[in-house]
Amino acid sequence: MVMLREVSVDELRHLVSERALAGETMLLNMGPQHPSTHGVLRLLLELDGEIVVNCIPDIGFLHTGVEKNMEAKTYQKAEVMTDRLDYLNPIGNNLVYCLAVEKLVGLDVPPRAQAIRVILAELTRIASHLLWLGTSSLDLAAMSTFLYTMREREMILDIFEMCSGQRMMTTYVRPGGLWRDVPVEFEDAVRRVLEIMPRRIDEYERLLTTNELFLDRTRGIGVITAEECIQWGISGPVARAAGLKYDLRKVRPYSGYEQYEFDIPTQPDGDVYSRYRVRVEEMRQSLRIIRQALDKLPYGPVRSNNRKFVPPPRSELGVSMEAVIHHFKLWTEGFVAPKESVYAAIESPRGELGVFLEGDGGPKPYRVHYVTPSFANLQIMPLLTRNHFIADVVGIIGSIDIVLGDCDR
Amino acid sequence: MDAGLFWEWVIKSLIIVLMLTAGFAYATLYERRVIARIQVRIGPNRAGPFGLLQPVADGIKLIFKEELTPAGADKVLFFLAPIITVLPSLVITAVVPWGDTVVIGGRVIRLYLTDINVGILYILAVASISVYGIVLAGWASNNKYALLGGLRSTAQMISYELALGLSFVGPILLAGSLSLMDIINAQKHLWFVVLQPAAFLLYFLASLAEVNRAPFDMPEAEQELTAGYHAEYSGMKFALFFMAEYIKMIAVAMIGASLFLGGFMGPFVDRFPWLGPVYLFLKVAVWLFVMIWLRATLPRIRYDRLMQLGWKVMFPLGLLNAVVTAFVVVLVGG
Repeated sequence: MVMLREVSVDELRHLVSERALAGETMLLNMGPQHPSTHGVLRLLLELDGEIVVNCIPDIGFLHTGVEKNMEAKTYQKAEVMTDRLDYLNPIGNNLVYCLAVEKLVGLDVPPRAQAIRVILAELTRIASHLLWLGTSSLDLAAMSTFLYTMREREMILDIFEMCSGQRMMTTYVRPGGLWRDVPVEFEDAVRRVLEIMPRRIDEYERLLTTNELFLDRTRGIGVITAEECIQWGISGPVARAAGLKYDLRKVRPYSGYEQYEFDIPTQPDGDVYSRYRVRVEEMRQSLRIIRQALDKLPYGPVRSNNRKFVPPPRSELGVSMEAVIHHFKLWTEGFVAPKESVYAAIESPRGELGVFLEGDGGPKPYRVHYVTPSFANLQIMPLLTRNHFIADVVGIIGSIDIVLGDCDR
Repeated sequence: MDAGLFWEWVIKSLIIVLMLTAGFAYATLYERRVIARIQVRIGPNRAGPFGLLQPVADGIKLIFKEELTPAGADKVLFFLAPIITVLPSLVITAVVPWGDTVVIGGRVIRLYLTDINVGILYILAVASISVYGIVLAGWASNNKYALLGGLRSTAQMISYELALGLSFVGPILLAGSLSLMDIINAQKHLWFVVLQPAAFLLYFLASLAEVNRAPFDMPEAEQELTAGYHAEYSGMKFALFFMAEYIKMIAVAMIGASLFLGGFMGPFVDRFPWLGPVYLFLKVAVWLFVMIWLRATLPRIRYDRLMQLGWKVMFPLGLLNAVVTAFVVVLVGG
């Protein structure tokens, strides 16, 4: 039998109130093995009856050491680890890392690769929001929505599998472009998603948006204001639901987002319901971006021609000695990056996902640091849950959409 | 009392218990299949044709599971709690008739165990007992989640029993009797659901809360309380809680059908009394379907809102309904 670590008040004594230590309030350990903490988050709740007096998040149960490990790998090989950070946003993790590497060594990306990156990143956003919608409504016990969103998410994962051979851990975006061009069936598959999804989103909305019980569980719950969002460094749908019109795709466009027309949905209230509305609308906007990108998807190469950083295509290996040399150099030693530091950021489904990358003149990064939205957004848990019922705690965890892999690197 | 009557009672009691136990097994299968259909899944279909042996497989699994008792648990209460929960649900349907009389081998047999003249009071009294099981389970487990679940269910069941009791008043006044047989016979021409829509609604909601079904499944609340009062139970003890829940579902459906939907009444039941149980079965199946449907569709209502609904809406509505019904019954010439 495995001995589990017990709730030890000593360990968090400095954070617990006098009342709890005196036994007036109840300390309840929620997680890390709790079905509604979305992974392995531990919350130490101080309860007065069913009302939360204080909530102390405790993270680190999913610490993988990815950032440290990346320092031991060449720039190309380190990318494989990025998929495992925010496992609901693999393409986004790849993309932001590649953007940082490209910025560090000064690589250009062909327009076709840019457009495909945008399409896949937006598909990932939809897939992530679908999973969020399913799990967070499951937290409120609306269980059928979960199965419906899984059905649609499957279509998107099939597209990833079609492109990269993997459903989740894609490593498809590479420094200087993509691993390879998308297959011929790609366009039809994406068009099918574009055709089916709007109807399905309406379907979810019919189940939830005006459902009296759902409104009861979400309106006025876990409220945060725009000022507080700025103070706590909150980004993404949580901030936009508080009325903060901040989206990196508009503010600091990358991968050619400036070419596409889309709106940034915001809501004024900053409660769980607003976050729900914002995410649902974001799915619609993502579909809009995908449609535009797919309509004017240019032809051409999907990888930069700079052979110092990007491996040559397989066809050249048999005919060109130079290609063999480049291939050998890139896959043994890797490419050398200058002794500089760069920061690149994208709008992940959860907020601002940034990478700080520092080169030391060698083929391996000196330091990789991810600035992740889950970590920043998790900070507000005590603020959001105070004076709410224990039943609302799970709704609030769901609404800030944390991915623990993203939080503990 | 002749020996034949005695054996008749024994056999009828056995039939009720066996039917309810089998009903529990197949209610789980029914629920899983229906929910699967609603959720674009297939549901259990491997064990036997259409998955019909699935409950058997589940039962065998649960019987052979290890029974764990938490170290800090109150052993006696921990053991007693599932039994206290399951017994009332087995005996509650004793007063619900499933037909009129049939003649077997020249002997007139009444298709109900007993028709006591305070049948409704019996139902209310027995229904109240099962809350002890849940509270004790929550308390004896020595687990904070279970304790919260137990406390919630105490509050919930006590508040909703009032509304449940008041919803009974309408049919009682209309039939002028506390016996279920009289109430059913009074619905020969018109079901009470037509005359008492408010009471029907009250009964339906209160009975959902009484048997801890979604959207009032607060005591178990998988998401926040990780199964609530039965969090620490395993094996057959765990199965007993589920047995109690599903048998209670069947029981409230039977009682509700008897009070508002004419019970075993239906076309041609006068001439073919064997149709009585069939009609009752169909009504119960539809009732259960609605319960399952609600579970698949609705989010859980929050605990404080549940209390508000119980005390501020359903309780006054029940009182009002009782008063209005009483007036009308007197005026029309009761």
